[in-house]
Amino acid sequence: MTDIADQSVSTAAATTGRSLLQRGEHAKRRAASETRFRMLGLVAVMIGILAVVGLLASILSNGVSSFFQTYVTVDIYLNPAKLDKTGNRDPEALQKVTTFAYAPLISAAVEKLIETHGIEIEGLKPKDAAKIISKEAPASVRNYVLAHPSKIGETVKFDLLADGRVDGYYKGRVTMDSAKLDRNISPERLELADKLKHAGVLKTRFNWSFFTAPDASDTRPEAAGLGVAILGSAYMMIIVLVLSLPLGVAASIYLEEFAVQNFFTDIIEVNIANLAAVPSIVFGILGLAIFINFAGLPQSAPIVGGLVLTLMTLPTIIIATRAALKAVPPSIREAALGVGASKMQATFHHVLPLAMPGILTGTIIGLAQALGETAPLLLIGMVAFVREFPGAPPEGFFDPASALPVQVYNWTTRGDPAFVERASGAIIVLLVFLIIMNGLAIMLRRRFERRW
Amino acid sequence: MTPGVLILIVLAMTIVGFILGRRRAVAMANREKVKLHSLPGYYGQTVALFVAVPAYVLLAAWLFLQPIVIENHISDLIPASAIPEGGARSLVMADVRRIANGLDYVVGKGGVSEDELASMRADISNIRSRLADVGIALGSDVKPVVFQAAKTYRKIGKTGSLLRDIAVLAAALGFGLWALWRVNPRMRARNTSETFVKALLIASSSVAILTTLGILLSLLFESIHFFRIYPARDFFFSTVWNPQFRGGSDLGILPLLWGTFYVSFVALLLAVPIGLMIAIYLAEYSGSTLRSFAKPAIEILAGIPTIVYGLFALVTVGPFLRDWIAQPFGIGNSSSSVMTAGLVMGIMLIPFVSSLSDDIINAVPQAMRDGSYGLGATQSETIKRVILPAALPGIVGAVLLAASRAIGETMIVVMGAGAAARLNLNPFEAMTTVTVKIVSQLTGDTEFASPETLVAFALGLTLFVFTLGLNILALYIVRKYREQYE
Repeated sequence: MTDIADQSVSTAAATTGRSLLQRGEHAKRRAASETRFRMLGLVAVMIGILAVVGLLASILSNGVSSFFQTYVTVDIYLNPAKLDKTGNRDPEALQKVTTFAYAPLISAAVEKLIETHGIEIEGLKPKDAAKIISKEAPASVRNYVLAHPSKIGETVKFDLLADGRVDGYYKGRVTMDSAKLDRNISPERLELADKLKHAGVLKTRFNWSFFTAPDASDTRPEAAGLGVAILGSAYMMIIVLVLSLPLGVAASIYLEEFAVQNFFTDIIEVNIANLAAVPSIVFGILGLAIFINFAGLPQSAPIVGGLVLTLMTLPTIIIATRAALKAVPPSIREAALGVGASKMQATFHHVLPLAMPGILTGTIIGLAQALGETAPLLLIGMVAFVREFPGAPPEGFFDPASALPVQVYNWTTRGDPAFVERASGAIIVLLVFLIIMNGLAIMLRRRFERRW
Repeated sequence: MTPGVLILIVLAMTIVGFILGRRRAVAMANREKVKLHSLPGYYGQTVALFVAVPAYVLLAAWLFLQPIVIENHISDLIPASAIPEGGARSLVMADVRRIANGLDYVVGKGGVSEDELASMRADISNIRSRLADVGIALGSDVKPVVFQAAKTYRKIGKTGSLLRDIAVLAAALGFGLWALWRVNPRMRARNTSETFVKALLIASSSVAILTTLGILLSLLFESIHFFRIYPARDFFFSTVWNPQFRGGSDLGILPLLWGTFYVSFVALLLAVPIGLMIAIYLAEYSGSTLRSFAKPAIEILAGIPTIVYGLFALVTVGPFLRDWIAQPFGIGNSSSSVMTAGLVMGIMLIPFVSSLSDDIINAVPQAMRDGSYGLGATQSETIKRVILPAALPGIVGAVLLAASRAIGETMIVVMGAGAAARLNLNPFEAMTTVTVKIVSQLTGDTEFASPETLVAFALGLTLFVFTLGLNILALYIVRKYREQYE
């Protein structure tokens, strides 16, 4: 044996002319290719992680500023001569006074503000000074007056939204140079804003109304909020949960525990697998054709969105539920049957409770998917401009509403760049909801998952 | 009564039914529960099921069918002469509905009483200005026929709702009483309620079939509608996409398909190699620390909604590509382009490809690796010459699934690829896809008789057929491959 080994070694050494212990050309090439391949893999992983970081960083850096908003504190004299000519504070008469009557009051208040702080800016017309206040301001003052008619005739302190461009100036979106070219803002007004900020009347603070206010029109991005969208999304999630959880669990129980292998169950299985892979926009077409055109349900209503999302979520929930049911060992069923339970009792009293954590995890993940879905909602009219809050359920389910992801899309289609900031902010809100839901799912899984 | 209230009433009746059924059974057995065939709860459950299920099924069917029946009836009331030149019946019907809603509002506000309304006539009282007062704007003055139709619409609608309430409550009460009357100690309540529940289970599992049927029918029905007014040959073989709202549009699908496949190709070119290498590295090379960190991090990408990717394309990737690559090299100056959408979609598909490939690579038996190492192969040689060939069918299946996803993806291309339909090779030009055009043809006010709207259904059908074909092919390949090793 040793002879043969010796011989082979010597022949190998003879052909390459080197010792076995040294790496030959061929071995070096192989080792290099090994390292290259390995590096390639590492680079791929790095690209993947970089993509995650880049995506999140881009959204965060664009959107965080939307949680802050610039406000101007103004003392407004609520002139009874303008607001209540009859003088008897009749609510009907007050209703008839439009926002046009309020705008001059705000102008006057701003002029007075400039005077009291002794600000003088060359080239700034008094008429233009009030334009640093949002166009939304008259409406908010009017709402205040309608709610407190007794305050007419007094001077009241208001925190009014600053104009979107002024707000953009403090967020770096608008500069002195760009203001020269912009019809909606002038450098003089920005100078005024700077002086007011110095005087402590103009402040940038946390923007609660971003979460509660409804959408606003194209010219007043500073007032746009997510209130209607959050409520609409919440309504849809309620509908999806109420419909898809019982339906999905019932279907899975039948398929997993009762169904015999036959043509009917085969068809259902194939259907569920395919539905999970149908593009989401096709579900939107289904919703438009069946729920809106055929059944006559209203457009932009959470009920239609909820129904469409339910159909989309069902396959996810069914797949998760079946996996959870399958994970319960047969001994549990056999023990129940052994002590005289019927098959239905064994399933509902023993198997289902044990599978519940898995089912809930799957349901939450399905809901999270449904919450982020956009394309089908565009087709059923959720993209419409909705300022009115929907009513309380169940009637509110039929009122027009928006949804979080659709609101994001809606804002990206508007002209003013301030809306892109809002859209990124809305994405952050959406992602926070998703993180909470997924975190809940992970917690459920960690806490209740059982290995048999 | 609104449907919501009706649902709550039936729910209350169900609870009462349960209590009564249980009580009656116990009472009839003279409080000796042993004499009962089933546990007392089952008697209650049977009654409750008979109260709730028929009533709710009836309510759902009624809510679904009533508008259809009324529309048909009212539509017959409108003579052809009342339809304006060039307009459609559906537009007049929309007017009828709007006026009817407006009248509801006027009556609700107390402006007019029901009796006054009945004697009101469109040619005498000024309906349009009255409706405008309550915030309902009409395009033109109301024709007497249309106003009459609107009044009939309201009347039938009211009668229908009243009948619905009566029918639903009668069903709940009738079936409930019948079930209650049948309760006696020898009744096999458990078997009855279990059969009932099993029927419900079967019904819920057929929702999947109904959904597929609904998708197929709605797509086919409207597509046939479309091909009746627009030649199929022009749709499938024309290279021009140019919808005009005045009619005479060119609706060729080829430029859309080209855009779709181009974007998907770019996406797959990025996602398949990177996803595959990630799967290989994490499965074969990396230590457990890197894996436990990198795997969930990359899977985050899979949980992010596509609207986020769309915004990323619109705000970051698009302008970056335009300012740093396209414009300096003079190959385009649009921030939305095939490259933008393709790259971002590629990022979206990375976790999809990597997690599918991970499963497939792990499914290759360890014996094959050991055999290869035993022959002196290095790790990379084993992967390239043994594992990948063995996993190839599975990987092909994964790529096909990813392709089907890419073709059906909507938000990224809506926000990143642009809206111009063109046949072009330059990836830095804006192009458009099938899904983008479905969205743009179906959003906003849509009139369901024009080919410009109906084309969206034909596009949807094409999309559905493509993705379904790819999925079935992929599942077939994956399944066939699995059988080899298990």
